[in-house]
Amino acid sequence: MTDIAITLTVNGVVRRVETPGRRLLSDCLRHDLGLTGTHVGCEHGVCGCCTVLLDGEPVRSCLMLAATADGHEITTVEGLAAPDGTLSPVQRAFAECHGLQCGFCTPGFLCTVTALLRDNPAPTDEEVLEGVSGNLCRCTGYQNIVKSVHRAAEIIAEES
Amino acid sequence: MKPPPFDYHAPGSVAEALETLAEAGEHGKVLAGGQSLIPMLNMRLAAPGHIVDVNRLAELATVSVESDGVRVGALARHAQVERAEQVAAAQPLLRQALRLVAHPVIRNRGTVVGSLVHADPAAELPAVLILLGGSVRLARPGATRDVPAAGFFTGPLESALRPGELAVSALFPTLPPRSGTAFHEVSRRHGDYAVAGVAALVRLDDDLRVVTAGVACVSAGPVPVLVDVTEACGHRPAASADWASAARAVRDRIEPETDVHASADYRRHLTGTLAERALRDAARAASDE
Repeated sequence: MTDIAITLTVNGVVRRVETPGRRLLSDCLRHDLGLTGTHVGCEHGVCGCCTVLLDGEPVRSCLMLAATADGHEITTVEGLAAPDGTLSPVQRAFAECHGLQCGFCTPGFLCTVTALLRDNPAPTDEEVLEGVSGNLCRCTGYQNIVKSVHRAAEIIAEES
Repeated sequence: MKPPPFDYHAPGSVAEALETLAEAGEHGKVLAGGQSLIPMLNMRLAAPGHIVDVNRLAELATVSVESDGVRVGALARHAQVERAEQVAAAQPLLRQALRLVAHPVIRNRGTVVGSLVHADPAAELPAVLILLGGSVRLARPGATRDVPAAGFFTGPLESALRPGELAVSALFPTLPPRSGTAFHEVSRRHGDYAVAGVAALVRLDDDLRVVTAGVACVSAGPVPVLVDVTEACGHRPAASADWASAARAVRDRIEPETDVHASADYRRHLTGTLAERALRDAARAASDE
């Protein structure tokens, strides 16, 4: 059960890691790479807190081995803002609309919604609910999250 | 809540994967999408000695429409199959069912063939395979075999897959003209496993009379339950077929269990109601063809 050498491109930076085969991608990001923005809630794929973008598509990082991600590109919540620190439209909208309270679930929502709006720039309420249905929030009651998604769509449309 | 230790293998070809699986025998487990296997590892419900990760085998990430049906490779993700327009045109039931599988994010990783091999009686795709009379292609070094759906699902989370075999693809047959399908289910929360669910298939003749009608029910027994309701609904025009009688036949045939989510009686009632809805929708789709 020797460690496995893998190469991940995380938020545009090539990272080489030696990690046990059983290491979850979520733990690899947090413990091996120090990127603790990816939160771990349930570790069986229900809560959505650990959602990251794998080659641009949202996936559960707790339901993937780090070794499986070898050679792939990963974007975590740390990689959503511009290099100069300017928050992304989705991040700004969540701040503006109070789309969070304690913030634990927020990294997962931000990654999920970033991909959702890329694929569907003007979603209906129903499409937003379907899109974020795999992410649980215990604070907001979701109303402000839905508002945030629509606001993010507006910001993206204004800035494009 | 972390996976137990195992030897990790990342074969670079199908041949190498088959050799590795043959050596590992009953201690080996294939990792494809991992959306069922990794939760089971995290919760220590499974502890295989060897994990054979097939995610590098791009040759298995295929979906193709062939003369006899839609062939889905072992690494084709739910989302990939769901989005493929040629698949939706050739076999609409696949997209109808895939939209009910968990959440969009799970469907980005989970695989169709993995869902079949996982053989959860609450899952949608085993019911689809049974209803369509499809098959699963299993490989070991030097040999492949096609197992018909009727013999593939042997119990809850149990299939005809033998230790050392790799499920390389599944075939979902296409249907003759004037056929229609539908999938209805009820779950407690969006994306949860269904409390009850029904896939329906209705074939009509040129006069729009019912030729065959059948359903496959999920969460209704240890394996997906196939019920032929042709006799019950009668060889009548789809518009006046006795769907209520068909629903009764379904209720009589299934053996759901009581659990924390629903009683057996409620599941039986719900399955009948969903069967009637799904059969009506399938008949309507067949009429519109």
